[in-house]
Amino acid sequence: MQNILGIIRAIGSRAIETVSRFGAMVRFFGLVLIHSGMSFRRISLTVREIYFSGVMSLVIIIVSGMFVGMVLSLQGYETLQKYGAQEQMGVLTALSLVRELGPVVAALLFASRAGSAITAGIGLMKATEQLKAMDMMAVDPIARVVAPRFWAGVLSMPLLAALFSFSGILGGYLVAVLLTGIDAGVFWGNMQAAVDVRYDILNGVIKSVIFGIAISIIATFEGFDAEPTAEGVSAATTRTVVTAALSVLALDLMLTAFMLRVAH
Amino acid sequence: MERKTYDLWVGIFVIVGFLALLFLGLQVGGFGDERRTQTYNVEARFENIGGLKMKAPVKSAGVLVGRVDNIRFDNNKFQAVVTLALDTRYQFPKDTTASILTSGLLGEVFIGFDAGGDEKNLAPNDTIKLTQSAVVLERLIGQFMFGKGSETAEKK
Repeated sequence: MQNILGIIRAIGSRAIETVSRFGAMVRFFGLVLIHSGMSFRRISLTVREIYFSGVMSLVIIIVSGMFVGMVLSLQGYETLQKYGAQEQMGVLTALSLVRELGPVVAALLFASRAGSAITAGIGLMKATEQLKAMDMMAVDPIARVVAPRFWAGVLSMPLLAALFSFSGILGGYLVAVLLTGIDAGVFWGNMQAAVDVRYDILNGVIKSVIFGIAISIIATFEGFDAEPTAEGVSAATTRTVVTAALSVLALDLMLTAFMLRVAH
Repeated sequence: MERKTYDLWVGIFVIVGFLALLFLGLQVGGFGDERRTQTYNVEARFENIGGLKMKAPVKSAGVLVGRVDNIRFDNNKFQAVVTLALDTRYQFPKDTTASILTSGLLGEVFIGFDAGGDEKNLAPNDTIKLTQSAVVLERLIGQFMFGKGSETAEKK
């Protein structure tokens, strides 16, 4: 009996902790929004952070986009040619990239490449008491350190997702046209007939903006909330990647369900 | 690194990102094509539209000349009323036949136009008189089997 009570108590304490952490994160989100003025007044702060999270992620995004597009094309050809529908390969590649894979995979890569760096950076500043020093000098660390990183992530994410889709479609095109010998005109023509700018491309962009907000707030919150030790920072970095990846996938399910309902 | 270097790289990143978005919109989505063409609407009534969907192509001699704009059901005549948005560059005679066709066995359903000989052309909001309904495969098979059955019966 005592044992069972212990288990229930453990579940309860975990649940309370999760909810209170989520609440703290929402309050932190509000705080970041309130203190966002400086990131736009002194735009060079945000530009610097866009360099670190956006530009530095370019290579991984473009290269993996290329690989994903090529694999999609190869796998698609395998299945489509059984039904004699190889001409639909452009449609398959473009729709799966623009609707799902572009925003989601780019967000997962962004979370592990830039999100972890943001958490580690802010966590280290906390561990070395730089944030406290700023507070002492009457500089608000949220306005000076957190908000520029947050906005840099939000602004970079849709551009990175678009680049991922772009290089993916290019990779798919290379495989389809050069390797499997599908006519280039058929590839682009069917794609243009099937992809809708409003429902497919715009929805993909909306998704990537929402993912950008989620990842940036999780990464900055975990960094700001990290235990100010080397161990604490490393634990926070791990938490960022896990939480951000899970949130991206869960949000994607919700957004897709909502968007498909709107589309009909 | 200096501020100028950051500015340069971020500038490149933003430009490349927006170019990618532009590429998705124009080359992948074909946004420019649909905006440019002006259309006029023509109605056609069918007994059965089969698997015809909105935005299905309208083709004449295999060339895309318009798209299906709207499909509704006429409750008085029990017919399907299909509104077609035709490209203003193309004009068709009044006695044009509109038939619902399928490209291949499992391919997309589209409307085919066979031009007639009338000297007057279809005006906007006209109704096409000559139409041919979709071929429903199940009915076709039914007819075939029924025909075969009566054939053998006659021989006896």
